[in-house]
Amino acid sequence: MTTVNLQNVSRWYGNVVAVNDISMSLGPGVTGLLGPNGAGKTTVLHMMAGFLAPSRGTVTIDDAPTWRHPAVYRQLGLVAEREAVHGFLTAREFILASAKMQKLPDVKAATDRALELVEMTDAADRRIETYSKGMRQRTRVAAALVHNPQVLLLDEPFNGMDPRQRMHMMKLLHDLGDRGHTILFSSHILEEVEQVSGTVQVIVAGRLAASGDYRRIRRLMTNRPHVFAVQSSDDRRLAVALIGEKSVSGVEIEATGMTIRASDYGSFTRALPRIALESGIRLRKLIPSDESLESVFSYLLEA
Amino acid sequence: MSTVAWITARGLFGRRRALLLLPLPLLLVGLAALCRANNIAPSDWGTPVIVGLGLAVVLPVVSLIVGTGVLGSEVDDGTIVHILTKPLPRRDIILAKLGVAVGVSALTAAVPLFVAGWLADSVRLGLGLAVAAAVGALAYSALFLLLSLLTRRPVLLGLVYILVWEGLLGRFVSGTRVLSIEQYVITIADKIAPTAILEPKVSVPVAVVMAAIFVVGCAVFAIDRLRSFSMAGETS
Repeated sequence: MTTVNLQNVSRWYGNVVAVNDISMSLGPGVTGLLGPNGAGKTTVLHMMAGFLAPSRGTVTIDDAPTWRHPAVYRQLGLVAEREAVHGFLTAREFILASAKMQKLPDVKAATDRALELVEMTDAADRRIETYSKGMRQRTRVAAALVHNPQVLLLDEPFNGMDPRQRMHMMKLLHDLGDRGHTILFSSHILEEVEQVSGTVQVIVAGRLAASGDYRRIRRLMTNRPHVFAVQSSDDRRLAVALIGEKSVSGVEIEATGMTIRASDYGSFTRALPRIALESGIRLRKLIPSDESLESVFSYLLEA
Repeated sequence: MSTVAWITARGLFGRRRALLLLPLPLLLVGLAALCRANNIAPSDWGTPVIVGLGLAVVLPVVSLIVGTGVLGSEVDDGTIVHILTKPLPRRDIILAKLGVAVGVSALTAAVPLFVAGWLADSVRLGLGLAVAAAVGALAYSALFLLLSLLTRRPVLLGLVYILVWEGLLGRFVSGTRVLSIEQYVITIADKIAPTAILEPKVSVPVAVVMAAIFVVGCAVFAIDRLRSFSMAGETS
């Protein structure tokens, strides 16, 4: 099991603090690195990838520092945000060169496997400069995956991809995560992160604002009422019963159901079925309506 | 050929910038051939054409184009990251790129210098100039490779070294010649083929030792700089 560790990491440029005392540990699975533009995501990724020295703290992969330590690239793959590829090479040549530089035992087989993984086999013998943005991105991902690294870091990997390519890339990241790889990808697009990963590291203004499963993060925000959409066989009667419950701070009745605000997630979710049962009301729908990553993210930004 | 050297060579010849290598050597050979065809005495054209154009311009400018092209272009466009994300010792990367730069520069400059030396005096002068040009290409390439890692404007700084340090200060301030690759090249060529065309201004030991210091010093410094290669955040 490979872990990436950041221990009290800060990075500053002159008087500007880009990353401020961040500690995190990434294990197998897919993690989204989330934050608004300028939050410090790329700086964190570059430090993890050994392309930036932390001003303070340590960045390690399985206890080996990433800075000035090229040996880490045996178990690390990087897809940087900058769309830089050797356009004069074909995708096959480009990936084959990566395999050779990784000194893999069977470079040809590794190249074919990587091309297949990103669905680029058919176009593999065309020069990269003739590719669309999405194809270039997939070629870069294949080159980063050719040595089957335990850790894969991707900076804004979905940029320039069409919806089908995006879905394919999401599935690829999912599969790699399920197979025990440690995947970290940065994005400022909430839907991307929400679809690929439940686990997030949220960076706001250079600080780690939250870390973990975003639904769990939401539940820990006890100072904000949790919002639920509820439909039942008798909304009005259920509303009367619920308003007497201590964990319920507000009920709104609408044409299509009710919106309930609960101050305590645990107490409310235990009380609701009990109250419904006692009142003889059938619950038809119960959906937490502010557990989306977008709500969590906006709450974190406001905090 | 290592994979790094192969990518470097493909990159070098795949860019339009490679075409810049052609005019200067052709001009050198063309001028020498023209003078020879018109029976102009080599004592009249040898020094301005061979030293003034060949050693002071063609060799350093070709080395500058190639030396900054093998690494500086990849640093500029970001493709260097693909090579740096491999578990290769940074020494191997620098040596592969230096090897390509020296090979291309030496070939591009030494051949026309050989022809010019042969037309001006003898095959021996041609060989002397070719060997000295190869040594010069090695020293210049190491210097310009290092500049690619020290500054975002390696071509500009390289031109300042060639035109101001060697071309201007080297003519008038004798102390600067100790740090002039052009002077080492003249001295080495003159040692192999003594002729009135070349006027060495530094001793052979100084030329050899200083050229070695340039090569080793710049290469070691470049390796260390590459180990600490940083990428600035683009979205952050």
